[in-house]
Amino acid sequence: MTATTMPAAHDESHGHGHHYTTLGLDNRKIAIWTFIGSECMLFASLISTYLVYKGRSVKGPFPHEAWTDPSGKVFPAILDIPVTSASTFVLLMSSFAMVLALAAVQNKELPKTTFGERILGSSKLWLWVTCLMGTAFLGFQAYEFTAFIREGLTIRTNLFGSSFFTLTGFHGAHVAVGVCWLFSLLAIDYKRGLGPSDALNVDIAALYWHFVDVVWIVIFTLVYLIK
Amino acid sequence: MATIVAAPPYSSTATESANTGLMSWLTTVDHKRIGVLYLITALVFFVIGGLEAFLIRAQLAVPNGTVLSADMYNQLFTMHGTTMVFLAIMPLSAAFFNFLIPLQIGARDVAFPRLNAFSYWIYLLGGIFITVPIFFAVAPDGGWFGYAPLSTKQFSPQINMDFWVLGLQILGISSLAAAFNFITTIINMRAPGMHLMRMPIFTWMSFVVQFLVALAFPVITIALVFLQFDRFFGTNFYAIGAGADPLLWQHLFWVFGHPEVYILILPAFGLVSEVLPTFSKKPLFGYPVMVYSGILIGFLGFGVWAHHMFAVGMGPIADAVFSLTTMLIAIPTGVKIFNWMATMWDGDLRFNTSMKFGVALVGMFTIGGISGVMHSSPPADLQQTDTYFIVAHFHYVLFGGSMFGLFAGLYYYFPKISGRFMSESLGNWHFWLTFLGMNLTFFPMHFSGLLGMPRRTYQYDAGQGLELFNLLSTIGTLVLMLGTLFGLINLWKSWKSGERASSNPWGAPTIEWAIPSPPPEHNFDTLPQITSRYPLWDLKGAVVTHPTTVADEAGRVQKTAKQLGIPMPNPSILPLVTAVGVIVMFSGMLFTGSNMKLAVAIMIGGAVWWIAGLYNWLLTPLEDAH
Repeated sequence: MTATTMPAAHDESHGHGHHYTTLGLDNRKIAIWTFIGSECMLFASLISTYLVYKGRSVKGPFPHEAWTDPSGKVFPAILDIPVTSASTFVLLMSSFAMVLALAAVQNKELPKTTFGERILGSSKLWLWVTCLMGTAFLGFQAYEFTAFIREGLTIRTNLFGSSFFTLTGFHGAHVAVGVCWLFSLLAIDYKRGLGPSDALNVDIAALYWHFVDVVWIVIFTLVYLIK
Repeated sequence: MATIVAAPPYSSTATESANTGLMSWLTTVDHKRIGVLYLITALVFFVIGGLEAFLIRAQLAVPNGTVLSADMYNQLFTMHGTTMVFLAIMPLSAAFFNFLIPLQIGARDVAFPRLNAFSYWIYLLGGIFITVPIFFAVAPDGGWFGYAPLSTKQFSPQINMDFWVLGLQILGISSLAAAFNFITTIINMRAPGMHLMRMPIFTWMSFVVQFLVALAFPVITIALVFLQFDRFFGTNFYAIGAGADPLLWQHLFWVFGHPEVYILILPAFGLVSEVLPTFSKKPLFGYPVMVYSGILIGFLGFGVWAHHMFAVGMGPIADAVFSLTTMLIAIPTGVKIFNWMATMWDGDLRFNTSMKFGVALVGMFTIGGISGVMHSSPPADLQQTDTYFIVAHFHYVLFGGSMFGLFAGLYYYFPKISGRFMSESLGNWHFWLTFLGMNLTFFPMHFSGLLGMPRRTYQYDAGQGLELFNLLSTIGTLVLMLGTLFGLINLWKSWKSGERASSNPWGAPTIEWAIPSPPPEHNFDTLPQITSRYPLWDLKGAVVTHPTTVADEAGRVQKTAKQLGIPMPNPSILPLVTAVGVIVMFSGMLFTGSNMKLAVAIMIGGAVWWIAGLYNWLLTPLEDAH
């Protein structure tokens, strides 16, 4: 059979895009957006439950106010907003590094002459920065969780503990998956170098990373900032 | 001029011989073969679910029945519901999604063929995971809806509900992966000219369903995670003593559960919307309205969930709102019924088995739909809730609706799937026995329900006027089983030795009928150029050039994808390997109560296994370099 009836779109074959697609976009790009849409419902369920259970715990410790137990022991408000603000800042900045990493991969083949261009064009550097900032966020979370447990709040203590640890734990697990994903890309970068033909793979990792970041903004606002 | 001619004048037998044997099925990434796997597996589970229902009916045949213990009865009705919803009807729909969507939009496969295989293997293994306990009398026993706190450790301390909590999470992975895959496929792999408003209506309804899956399944996943944490780690999500809301589960479950109802029915609506036009020789009446009403049902489906909860006392405002949205959703549904009738009106009707099931859907679903609107009124619902009236209602929509639609689709598409017709004489027995049996089983439940007979109760006393209705229902189940037996025999015999079918045996209008039956591995030698909604009717001249069975038997051979230079995905065992690791990881959870070290070891082992499988998979190219 001849291909004479095919429209031009079918003959464009570059890299991964060698199959005809209706929108001219790669399938992976649409799939990641679909996945993110689904993830929104996942976090919406977690966040709604947290909000519905806010203030319903029959005993402390509580997030924003002190609590005295029947024996007279005082538990201070448990959320440490300055520390979490710092970890939030780190996570937000990691999104910035992610953008630079993607740009570096996309522009790998452009000539780089100045020092600044070489810095901005180093995909390894920016992937490292993103990974380390993500890891740092996880470190903050590990610190926060152990501190809370030491102060008497576990996932079994009360409704606040159950819903808080589950919500932030789910988010932390998403960050952890993202860090593994980015480290895998970094490993490929060391092995054979990431170039423009890999840009889509970096792009979908970046979309996931930004999404996880945006979810944290919502969690930080609703859980930590609003009393 | 670009034409719809997609099939070459060759038969399709050449590729088959190279693709047989167990290994070829374990490693297949071909959407058509995966569709067949879904079909067979789902029918097996349909039979298991049917036998469970039969045992329930045997227990209820006479007052104070002694066939089953109360405990076994609980396990059976729980597993009957769970099996039919998650293991029979959804995967039967998935069989058609897999087989048909790429063919209907003019694609060579789905967007992610290996992910598609992964969805199937997760479904199969998850289905086994959740079904096996019934043979050891430790099956889930808290209802298919698993209401917490009833399903928490405090009230269900045994391992039974653990299987359910974990099994549904496993099955959710399958459905979600499939949803991402099909949404991407439909958005991005339509052949040139296949505009959204030219898409076959089955693909349209499937498209809506995938969005419902993608948005509803995360909600039940979270509800299940809460329940799992409560059961395994002692959290407080459903612990009333800790201040938990006893309605949290119900809200989360039904936010998923009501869209799930449309996940079950819309594929059947889509299939019937293909069957009725073909056998009426008329285009579907009001195609755009059918599309819009499907989308509207999808949207409104997320806004009616609390009508399952009128009895809990949500207050007049919530009751009124959900009552109104429920009445509202009946409108697009009713529009579909009228459009099907208008499609048949004045048509050149051919009443073969497929058409009979299709027309029966229109009638039976209407009965179920009308009783559904009855419970949209809270005062009426308070009388009907938790009685057999509700059981009658949802079996009219699920059996009379979903299953009839799926049977119509099966008889209609069987020639495309297998290259052979199903037997009309056996089909006649299948249809009439199923139709009679279904009505005999479920119609009397309207009366036993209105007399106040409660659901999910394993015995009833004599002298309340319930004896006759229950006996009739039980006899009806026997008729249904006989009918199903005819259907299965028909399927088996037709697969082996049915009459050969040509590429377009029904004179159908959509492009899946332009390629050989069964289609070659790559579906289309060249991607078709779509010029209208019903290309094979609009381009009559092109259609007659397609190969027929006669040409096949003349010995001409379909060229393989390789000969045509079409890159096709390589078979891969990795989806199956990865799926096994996921199941092992979830199985480890079962031991958390008895042996924590063993549980952790199994979970870590499973996790390492599937992560290794996944990396291997992602680093293996889908196709050979070319």
